[in-house]
Amino acid sequence: MSQLALDKLKARFGAAILETHSNFGDDTAVVEPGQWKAVAKFLREDPELDFDMPVDLCGVDYPARGDAGRTEVVMHLYSISKKHRIRLKARVGDEDMEHAELNSVTSIWPGMNWLERETFDMSGVRFRGHPDLRRILMYPEFEGHPLQKTYPADRIQPLVPYRTEEEAGVPLEKQAPFGPDEGMAFGRTKSTISHDEDN
Amino acid sequence: MEPLDIDLEEGELELPAEPMHLNMGPSHPAMHGTVRIVLELSGETIVKADVQVGYLHRGFEKMCERGTWAQVFPYVDRLNYVSPMLNNVGYALAVEKLCGIAVPDRCQWYRMALGELARISDHLTCNGAMAMELGAFTPFLWFVKAREMVWDILEEETGARLTHSFGRIGGMANPPTADFKAMAGTAVNKILGLVEEGERMLLKNRIFIDRLQNVGAISAADAVSLGWTGPCLRSTGVAYDIRKAHPYLKYDEVDFDVPVGTRGDTMDRFLCRLGEIRQSKRIIEQCIERMPDEGPINCDDPRVVLPEKSDVYTTIEGTIQHFKLIMEGAKVPAGEVYSYTEGGNGELGYYLVSDGSGTPYRVRIRPPCFQITGGLHRLIEGRMLADIVPTFGALNMIGGECDH
Repeated sequence: MSQLALDKLKARFGAAILETHSNFGDDTAVVEPGQWKAVAKFLREDPELDFDMPVDLCGVDYPARGDAGRTEVVMHLYSISKKHRIRLKARVGDEDMEHAELNSVTSIWPGMNWLERETFDMSGVRFRGHPDLRRILMYPEFEGHPLQKTYPADRIQPLVPYRTEEEAGVPLEKQAPFGPDEGMAFGRTKSTISHDEDN
Repeated sequence: MEPLDIDLEEGELELPAEPMHLNMGPSHPAMHGTVRIVLELSGETIVKADVQVGYLHRGFEKMCERGTWAQVFPYVDRLNYVSPMLNNVGYALAVEKLCGIAVPDRCQWYRMALGELARISDHLTCNGAMAMELGAFTPFLWFVKAREMVWDILEEETGARLTHSFGRIGGMANPPTADFKAMAGTAVNKILGLVEEGERMLLKNRIFIDRLQNVGAISAADAVSLGWTGPCLRSTGVAYDIRKAHPYLKYDEVDFDVPVGTRGDTMDRFLCRLGEIRQSKRIIEQCIERMPDEGPINCDDPRVVLPEKSDVYTTIEGTIQHFKLIMEGAKVPAGEVYSYTEGGNGELGYYLVSDGSGTPYRVRIRPPCFQITGGLHRLIEGRMLADIVPTFGALNMIGGECDH
């Protein structure tokens, strides 16, 4: 439905649009990672395209591709006024997911904020310039990124015992005055806060 | 009693100048047990809100990569557990788009009727629960009574009240029962009667209206840029309904309206949902009128559809086909597809990647309320603490789909 968008992208960005296709009617453009944000900005601001709704962002892992962009970041956009859609892809990261980075598009669509956090959390793609890039579905101490194909589906990570931020060495995103049994009907550890002083 | 002889100058109360931190949820009755909001309060006014989700993360997308394409159905049931049928149908349509198959007319009408019943159940739960969280318990019971009628029909049709797993690639698990049309026809009228009674109790209640009106308002442009869809977007005045904008199944052949709001506040979201219940009733009535009584429910494609049980037990071809479809799974052609339907909360999208085998390479679910919950902090910052309850309630955040 948005062949127009593909044509305009090719005319505007030329070689930065690595390939396009319209399988099953889903118009898709693969973008060079460095141009990710510029392409997004163009799609948002061009009056004929006017992609004002961030629909989805996710990562798809292809370990077999090796160093040629292991993870594909897939973005879906929609335009309320023009009623058309486009899928934008960028291939990032090498075999060990090094340099899997893209520029954040949160400043263009605020709705991308959580989606980028999720893509970071699940697929391990980092977004430069994101205002608050931390895990969203998993907990801060979680190791690895579960939707990478190399993450074993049956791997079990232990429940993390209560520890302070100093002990953990990572920000735990907890704020005072929450104690060891936070959120639990029965505390995991005995409360260290003494109530005797009040009496 | 001791006389009150406190020296006021000495004992002057010092109000804390620093903002207070409050942890709302996950163990809070209005937070569904699945969301935590870390609030920074100045008095009762919210200065900053950090919405944290993920408490119900169950790793659907990873699990989907382990089984066959058909084994994804039980997982999608558990996404939005208030309207599982819509998820079922959405996923079936996505795989069918990838396979390039279309289901028979009878199945399309059937899917629509069941889907709209599920939508009624979704909206009833949301509105009822929100009213209950504000202290109005009776309308909740009315709405749940109406929802029971929906579930009775779905139980009769599918055998399960909540997690139906009823969709199949290329059709449905069973054809409609003989009583389906009669049951659905009488139930929708009864449901509407209960809804009207319930809403009369709420919409004449000054306290209820005051707590909803002008609370949690958002502009249309903001809602769009946050990726909002469904009743939450339509309450701002944007008439974007996938059933109208990009019709699937037979939605282009039925007559229905899209209720929209004007102010985008909590009251509008509440009224939009009530309006959609009425529209769903209209759609269901047209579906049962136009659904043929005879004819196949599954498409005639042996690559994906299980053979008749009588063939499986009596012919070698049927046995082999059945065995291959169950053990290896239907072979879905390699490719990628994004298919979207109107779920209870908005655009429910499935981005599927197939490598041509019987197992999905990637199943990405685009749950509508992930985006909606992502915009929650905008609605509540600067408002009072008590406004969180109606605002959050009207967003209809469903932990199962939001947290994947």
